[in-house]
Amino acid sequence: MIKHLFSLFFILLSIPVFVNPGGRSDRMVTLPRVIRVCVVLCVIVLFVSLISMLAGPSHVASMSLLKALFSGLYGGDVNISETEKTILFSIRLPRIIFAGLVGAALSVAGVVFQGLLRNPLADPYILGISGGAAVGAIIAILTGLNAFLFGIPGLAFSGALLTIVLVYGIARTKKEIHSTTLLLAGVIVNAFFSAIIMFLISTTGDRNLHNVMFWLMGDLSLAEWKEIILTGFFFLTGFAVIYRYARHLNLIVTGEETAMHLGVNVEQTKKILLVAASLITGVAVSVSGIIGFVGLIIPHMMRMLLGSDHRLLLPSAALFGCSFLIVADTAARTIITPAELPVGVITALCGAPYFIYLLRRKAV
Amino acid sequence: MSIVKVEQIGFTYNESWVLKDVSFEVDKGEFIGIIGPNGSGKTTLLKVIDGILPPREGRIWINGALTQTLKRENLAKIIAVVPQESLMIFPFTVHEIVLMGRAPHLGKWRFEGETDFRIAHQAMEMTDTLFLMNRGMNALSGGERQRVLIARALAQQPQIMLLDEPTAFLDIKHQVDFFDLIKTLNKNQSLTVIAVTHDINLASLYCDRIILLHNGNIHCMGSPEEVISESSIKDVYETNVAVDRNPVTGRPRVTPLSAHPNE
Repeated sequence: MIKHLFSLFFILLSIPVFVNPGGRSDRMVTLPRVIRVCVVLCVIVLFVSLISMLAGPSHVASMSLLKALFSGLYGGDVNISETEKTILFSIRLPRIIFAGLVGAALSVAGVVFQGLLRNPLADPYILGISGGAAVGAIIAILTGLNAFLFGIPGLAFSGALLTIVLVYGIARTKKEIHSTTLLLAGVIVNAFFSAIIMFLISTTGDRNLHNVMFWLMGDLSLAEWKEIILTGFFFLTGFAVIYRYARHLNLIVTGEETAMHLGVNVEQTKKILLVAASLITGVAVSVSGIIGFVGLIIPHMMRMLLGSDHRLLLPSAALFGCSFLIVADTAARTIITPAELPVGVITALCGAPYFIYLLRRKAV
Repeated sequence: MSIVKVEQIGFTYNESWVLKDVSFEVDKGEFIGIIGPNGSGKTTLLKVIDGILPPREGRIWINGALTQTLKRENLAKIIAVVPQESLMIFPFTVHEIVLMGRAPHLGKWRFEGETDFRIAHQAMEMTDTLFLMNRGMNALSGGERQRVLIARALAQQPQIMLLDEPTAFLDIKHQVDFFDLIKTLNKNQSLTVIAVTHDINLASLYCDRIILLHNGNIHCMGSPEEVISESSIKDVYETNVAVDRNPVTGRPRVTPLSAHPNE
């Protein structure tokens, strides 16, 4: 198991070499380059997923996994046990896909928020979406409303949507949304929800407290196909909309007035991008809890490696975030087996040193 | 037909008029200077012309078309703006910045093609920024950064270039270099230039015509000789100046007078 974790981290560490072999010399963003980088990152996602499928409390031989996959592809006999099959395809695979989706969603939302607000400290949670979702989730946990609609995710998503409407309502003056006002509105709403969360936590009994804390630090164990399909649908739709405006986002990053001078309808583009990024954040948060750090760090990492052009940055951040959260979640569910750590602990624990490594590597 | 026609423009941010009843026309290939004290409405006028601020009153025609009816993208194919300063939060390279000038000519999905690379290359050649191509924008000096912004504006292939106090942060050499470059483009490519500046002497040196703004109105308008006089400057800027002739060019030259002449 430790062996698997080591190989996973080794793959992540090698990403800079694969993705940007020529260093900074070849910086032009062309379609062939975007495809090249994405193919490399896709291969890495596949590798990471395969290794992650082998890692876990019960041992599954790598040969069994390969056999199972090949038989799936070419038909033929499956001579692995039913137990192994269940572990691989009903327990581990959904969770890996889920982690990958959430990682991709948070990274893309992080790129968009940092770009739109022109603030390197922005992350998907900066507009308070996480706070609203958390209040919803905690109410679901405390009242046991799990049967209702989608249970915890359902209430969390309602909380997230409510926050989005609230924050934009506060920040909207006449027909415009000012980035600074939006940022402030987000911070204030988040602070307000934090207070509610603290209130709910301090009045909660022991039994629920563990569940609440787990949710607040990110929990991917809720993964079921229903959630996966829902998250996948929202993410892919949101990403398609966002990518359509990738070049506009480049211009907005250099200044809103400049973007207007260069022909962008800034107010409209901003609204579309904010809503799309907020929605994919809302969906990701409501099914996985608050996984910190991913949406802040992954965009910066990819910017350091590949430059600031969003046509390359958006897909590469999605794919890298995907690998990153799969690795982090594998660590979270294997390090203290049979128990689990909240994945947010892992993302921060290994994300911070890795980020420093990249920062130093760039400085040299 | 004039390329820019401003007709009785009025603009207000909230209550008092920042611009009131401003009308003028600009011919193709002209070099126009807009001068006036702080708060006289210079920058607002520029923003109204390029359609960023919608006028409350009056109309603006660009190439015979009303600006309000033009889409931003189409306006950006005609008008380029060189801003005062441009600070980058995320690191774009010079090449990337110049290529952004191609934005109005690309569709939503398209990547830049051969033509765009060639035009950007030419723009960098003209502004002597080719050697900076792969440098980050934030690693440049003020003068270099302004040249890159001109290159980006040129990559737009505009007919009109608007300059908003482009030399405010430059030393005297770079100020002259900047305006020399703009004047060359103005002459060789008959690019129409409208420049807002605080530097009356630079305006006098380079402009065909000057518009002197005062409290949102045009105080006077005409050749540098007609506009720049001791009385007009005193009226508008409320300060004492001496106006004589530049010994080399013969254009009017303004010298501010201190209240403590012997110190």
